[in-house]
Amino acid sequence: MDLYKDKMSLSNLEKKINSELTTKINSSRINHDQLEIQINKESLLDVVIFLKKNNSTKFKQLIDITAVDYIGSENRFKMIYLFLSHEYNLRINLYFNINENEMVNSLTKVYPSANWMEREVFDMYGIKFNDHPDLRRILTDYGFSGHPLRKDFPITGHSEVRYSEEKKKVIYEPVKLEQNYRNFDYASPWEGTEYIKEVQKKND
Amino acid sequence: MTKEKKTLNLNFGPQHPAAHGVLRLILELDGEIVEKADPHIGLLHRGTEKLIENKTYSQAIPYFDRLDYVAPMNQEHAFALAIERIMNVEVPIRGQYIRVIFCEIGRILSHILNITTQALDVGALTPSLWGFEEREKLMGFYERVSGSRLHANYFRPGGVHKDLPRGLEKDILDFCKTFPKIIDDLEILLTDNRIFKQRNVDIGIVSKEDALNYSFSGVMLRGSGIPWDLRKSQPYDCYEQIDFKIPIGKNGDCYDRYLCRIEEMRESVKIIEQCLKNLPKGPVKSMDNKLTPPPKKEIKQSMEALIHHFKLFTEGYRVKKDEIYTAVEAPKGEFGVYLISDGTNRPYKCKIRAPGFSHLQAMDYLIKGHMLADVPAVLGSLDIVFGEIDR
Repeated sequence: MDLYKDKMSLSNLEKKINSELTTKINSSRINHDQLEIQINKESLLDVVIFLKKNNSTKFKQLIDITAVDYIGSENRFKMIYLFLSHEYNLRINLYFNINENEMVNSLTKVYPSANWMEREVFDMYGIKFNDHPDLRRILTDYGFSGHPLRKDFPITGHSEVRYSEEKKKVIYEPVKLEQNYRNFDYASPWEGTEYIKEVQKKND
Repeated sequence: MTKEKKTLNLNFGPQHPAAHGVLRLILELDGEIVEKADPHIGLLHRGTEKLIENKTYSQAIPYFDRLDYVAPMNQEHAFALAIERIMNVEVPIRGQYIRVIFCEIGRILSHILNITTQALDVGALTPSLWGFEEREKLMGFYERVSGSRLHANYFRPGGVHKDLPRGLEKDILDFCKTFPKIIDDLEILLTDNRIFKQRNVDIGIVSKEDALNYSFSGVMLRGSGIPWDLRKSQPYDCYEQIDFKIPIGKNGDCYDRYLCRIEEMRESVKIIEQCLKNLPKGPVKSMDNKLTPPPKKEIKQSMEALIHHFKLFTEGYRVKKDEIYTAVEAPKGEFGVYLISDGTNRPYKCKIRAPGFSHLQAMDYLIKGHMLADVPAVLGSLDIVFGEIDR
């Protein structure tokens, strides 16, 4: 399944970027017709400005910014930036890993649309951005606490909302489940469901 | 002596009928001129991405219907494509054609809703009455093929759930014959209508440069004169074999975007007709029973089929460790899914890229300096649906 007719250009782009930005690129690979590039956190702005302004790349559109939570690993979060070049019909993904308390440079000066995307990453993962003009929560409720897309945030949340007949207003309460949340483990027992692994650990 | 400048703060929504859902727009007004607009979103946030991380791949599909709920199948398409590309599954050609037919039906559904409600916002009632009659027919097609009018859950990784029921091909073809007449009628009501033009021409102008900077996609990009459509530039399924045109605007105002949508509906009708004419025979989904369930008849006779069925509906299928971004041209723009699989039966992460999110973000840029009465007109032409923005 070839998405792009001119497949050569993607490997050309890879060569070009590697030669122009040598020290700023840690590694690169082509996966599913998209160029994935690992960069240093500090060089994010330089790389992005190069990609946007250079005549042979012209990644004029920021598609999305997101993060992934690899809880338990040394660098907890992985930041992902997706770009699209309409001119050359190419897509590129930049990524780098950061610690829980690290700040990331904001892209709002280069791409105005980064504003809400970074607010969403802040809201969902608690990652803070330098020089962001207006880093508020965006999708969660006013006065919400916690960062929902972190892997250690429970799927049921912490508080629930209801209208109180006595107080004649909407009130917040801690979540009270009539039945415990059941997380069924349907993985094949032959290939190691979680509960089998726990039993094995005890026996060892 | 200069008068002290006083601005008035106005809450537009979240219960305003022209806010297209639950948008809370805080406007700073100087007289009737809007100085600043601050959209507050998230009132329809349901944590879709969090839920998907906790469900198997097949349980995740229905959540995509609930994003942009006026064109449900287009969203499912992006998710199905992501899994197919990771697993390297070939979709049978009939399955591809059926998917394209229903994607285009979704496009018409969405555009009718947008055009008619935009007209409603600027004062024309009749288009919505005429348009919704047609939407009803289209949702009838949805129902016949999937069992439900809105939340279809019809596309599957590897194809579609079931083949078209008997007679549906003919009925869709009949619809394609009559529908262009309805578009003509809508155009008579709106295109040259003096009031409609006064409310839309030169309102909310987006330049080419800004359309790119604000991450616009779909009609918002084409309305400003940028020829870009993922169905052409990065074709998926059988779009490559189909002949259709991409309408492009010139001025980038609300009126051009309206014209683009009208023309896109006509093109969609052509695509559907072509697909129906060339609809090949054969299976509609991948025959790999590790991914798609075997036919019901076989379950009663074959032990292997029974095992496959049981495994698929308890454990689900596993997707090998990989990362992928797939995008489709949804009616509102580029709808993308960034899927990270870790080799289990659940996605590790599934980021949904909704086109409306970037469009609404530009609200402040679009409305600055316009009159208060232009807010619904601009909002209407952005084609906002809160299901996908709030996720």
